Amino acid sequence: MTQIPESKQKVKFYQTGTFTVGNRLLDAEQRTVQATMDRSNSLDSGHRACQGCGEALGARFAIDAAMRATNNQLIAANATGCLEVFTTPYPETAWSIPWIHSLFGNAAAVASGIAAAMKATGRDDVRVIAQGGDGGTTDIGFGCLSGMFDRNDDVLYICYDNEAYMNTGVQRSSATPGAARTATTMPVGEDPGNAFNTGKSVPLIAMAHMIPYVATASVHDLQDLEYKVTKAMQVRGARYIEIFVPCPLGWGSVPGDTVKIARLAVESGMYPLFEAEDGEVTGVTKIRRQVPVGDYLKTQRRFAHVLKPDNAHQLAQLQAVADRNIKRFSLTTPEEA
Amino acid sequence: MPSETVVQQKPFAITLDVGSSLLNKTGTWRTQRPVYLDRLPPCNAGCPAGENIQAWLGFAEEGDYEGAWRQIMDDNPLPATMGRVCYHPCEGACNRVKLDDAVGINSVERFLGDQALKYDWKMAAGSSTGKKVMILGAGPAGLSAAYHLARKGHAVTIYESSPQAGGMIRYGIPKYRMPREKLRAEIARIEEMGVTIELNTRIDDVMQAKEQGGFDAVFLGIGAQLPKRIDIDQEGDTPMFDAVEVLRDTEVENLTKLRGRVLVYGGGNTAMDVARTSVRLGALQTTVIVVESREDMPAHEFEVHEAIEEGADIVNLRSIREIRGNSVTLEFMVPGEGRWPQPTGQFETVEADVIVQALGQNIETDFLERIDGLEVRDGIVQVDRGMMTGCEGVFAGGDMVPSQRTVTTAIGHGKKAARNIDAFLRGERYLPAEKHEIVDFDKLNTWYYTDAPRTVRPMLDVVRRQSGFAEVVGDLDENNAQYEARRCMSCGNCFECDNCYGVCPDNAVTKLGPGKRFEFKYDYCKGCAVCATECPCGAIKMVAEAI
Repeated sequence: MTQIPESKQKVKFYQTGTFTVGNRLLDAEQRTVQATMDRSNSLDSGHRACQGCGEALGARFAIDAAMRATNNQLIAANATGCLEVFTTPYPETAWSIPWIHSLFGNAAAVASGIAAAMKATGRDDVRVIAQGGDGGTTDIGFGCLSGMFDRNDDVLYICYDNEAYMNTGVQRSSATPGAARTATTMPVGEDPGNAFNTGKSVPLIAMAHMIPYVATASVHDLQDLEYKVTKAMQVRGARYIEIFVPCPLGWGSVPGDTVKIARLAVESGMYPLFEAEDGEVTGVTKIRRQVPVGDYLKTQRRFAHVLKPDNAHQLAQLQAVADRNIKRFSLTTPEEA
Repeated sequence: MPSETVVQQKPFAITLDVGSSLLNKTGTWRTQRPVYLDRLPPCNAGCPAGENIQAWLGFAEEGDYEGAWRQIMDDNPLPATMGRVCYHPCEGACNRVKLDDAVGINSVERFLGDQALKYDWKMAAGSSTGKKVMILGAGPAGLSAAYHLARKGHAVTIYESSPQAGGMIRYGIPKYRMPREKLRAEIARIEEMGVTIELNTRIDDVMQAKEQGGFDAVFLGIGAQLPKRIDIDQEGDTPMFDAVEVLRDTEVENLTKLRGRVLVYGGGNTAMDVARTSVRLGALQTTVIVVESREDMPAHEFEVHEAIEEGADIVNLRSIREIRGNSVTLEFMVPGEGRWPQPTGQFETVEADVIVQALGQNIETDFLERIDGLEVRDGIVQVDRGMMTGCEGVFAGGDMVPSQRTVTTAIGHGKKAARNIDAFLRGERYLPAEKHEIVDFDKLNTWYYTDAPRTVRPMLDVVRRQSGFAEVVGDLDENNAQYEARRCMSCGNCFECDNCYGVCPDNAVTKLGPGKRFEFKYDYCKGCAVCATECPCGAIKMVAEAI
């Protein structure tokens, strides 16, 4: 079943297509939440994220969409990490929603508790989100997360994936890709950077829990991201969305290229966008203009060594990763009419 | 004790009230700032009439065809005409060429021009200034100048020596490219604004006419009407004509001179017009002799292509050496190093009943040289940057001044001259606005534009083209005209796609509402430049902060 749900934008206007944030040629209800003048700006100005922070962008995209979907009845629990640190230096907060931080590893458990409290007090209108970076999600918070999935608690967990521990100084996480340079996987030796065939895909693990909804999204495709968050908020039970958020500091990229890099990751096949219901993949976002992985890698200094002639084998390995994603999720086969 | 008092004044632990991050002005981090700007789209830069194409396509995209038409009318009074006869350098410059194919600007302009005639949209004249301007020539330059002067409230009289207005649009461009009823209607719209056109009136003494009529300024737009003939060694009585007279004869329905085997000499658009007219008038055979190669000949490729489709033969790299009775000796040419091909000394002979020279036109300057101060150099009238000749108050434009000699250039000259005449009449000097920098393809982010192939305009069947003067190129309907307009990428000019507003990680862009665009919150903007990178149309520029 790869049918496009009703809510996904189908209108094709030629000047801007469906790819810009807004489009003055579209009816208001077909435009994105981010295009509206009264969006909630859940994550507001004055936060201390780096220039061009993908996580700050992804968090506003996702939480604004969730606010719209829940009629602003939303509570968020946050894991330790960049997102927590840069938004809430005591006593300031950049959040305009009820928001709680406890520990690095327990965001899913805290959120489960809030959801239970809401259920106990009969507040079924209030919805709960847990969020964190890839470190707090795929490594440190993984046990709590799996428990939340296992119990099918009524929480949407959003992981902002920037593929390493950025807040503490760019250490490898289990979401760091092969060959990538981090503070703990330096580009030295015959296979510089992070080792291949390590790490894990939490979206696929989430699917193995048979929870109602799992999706991946990217900051470069706002329509797709908002559609997935909105859909997730229309479902009860445990849900998981992973959002690809480039990190200029940790990746050694130009701040202005953040959205572009996310686009190249998806268009090269390095980061597949899909959604799954009850453990089955039900939709993929097709690659529109495929590029070789080299186009993606060359935008980031963490992969600089991969593009040297001596490390051609690493470039081939990364292309193989992309090719496997493309094949596995049918990212280039044309959509059925 | 005093020390105890101090301790008791402070509570055991302090909890501060929640503060907002808005107190933290992250704009101080910035070393470069984004700035909204309007860059010049290449279509606008390439339009000899100075149309704001990007702007009127913007109206058409929304279905506001009257708004689009009025935007065109700011610069060009003849959209239905120009949508047919213009060689659309705008499309040649269009950035979309590098994506799929140029936007069909010309076909949308024609659609808008025809809508205006269908719905009878009008333009109002300006309130009267009491000043009078005399114009010589009711061709595109004169009509354009008259229109723009009328909009500024000046009283205009055009003197035209021909029996009909339109100049070369009427007497030089055949009906199959320019239906006369459309031209007539667009000229009538200018007349309704109070412009007087005196037909069949030749002015021989310009300064005397100016004085007698009490005119405050003069615009000359007489064009280039005299055929440029070259001497060919000829014996016998095979008739030889000029392109200008052949096309004029066709227009006024004189008995055709094009009979039997017609040989047209020349490689420009006029030669193609003559050849295609010859085919339509039923000549036995039509051959065009062109000195240049097919690649180098001045005629536009589509004109050559359509002429061949209709059955004309184009023979390139030949020059006419001599004519003996019906037998014409052609010399083979080879492309030279310079612009002009070189002779080879090898010959061939073809037969012809009629020969037409289509080698360009000269300007009738005899009567102009009597104007004090007016300078004619190499047969062309010289003007300053404000289109004024050496004689104060006498302006000139169109084919008679240095120009590309296209209808569109003439329209542009008329507009420019009108602005300068208007300033002159007020005792001022017209200062054109500074041009924005051109936005090239590299400044666009074309990811955001969906693939959209160009609409192909319908063409009349070749058989019908060979047998009559019906219009060759068909109309767009409303659907595909709007589709075509929406292919515009709005290069360099914000079209409110909300991208900057959406992609700012710092929420440092304010959306001001429909039509009002956006504003940066420089208190919070960190200068990351994501907005500038993700702007589809190149309307944001990063500028270094003074540190």
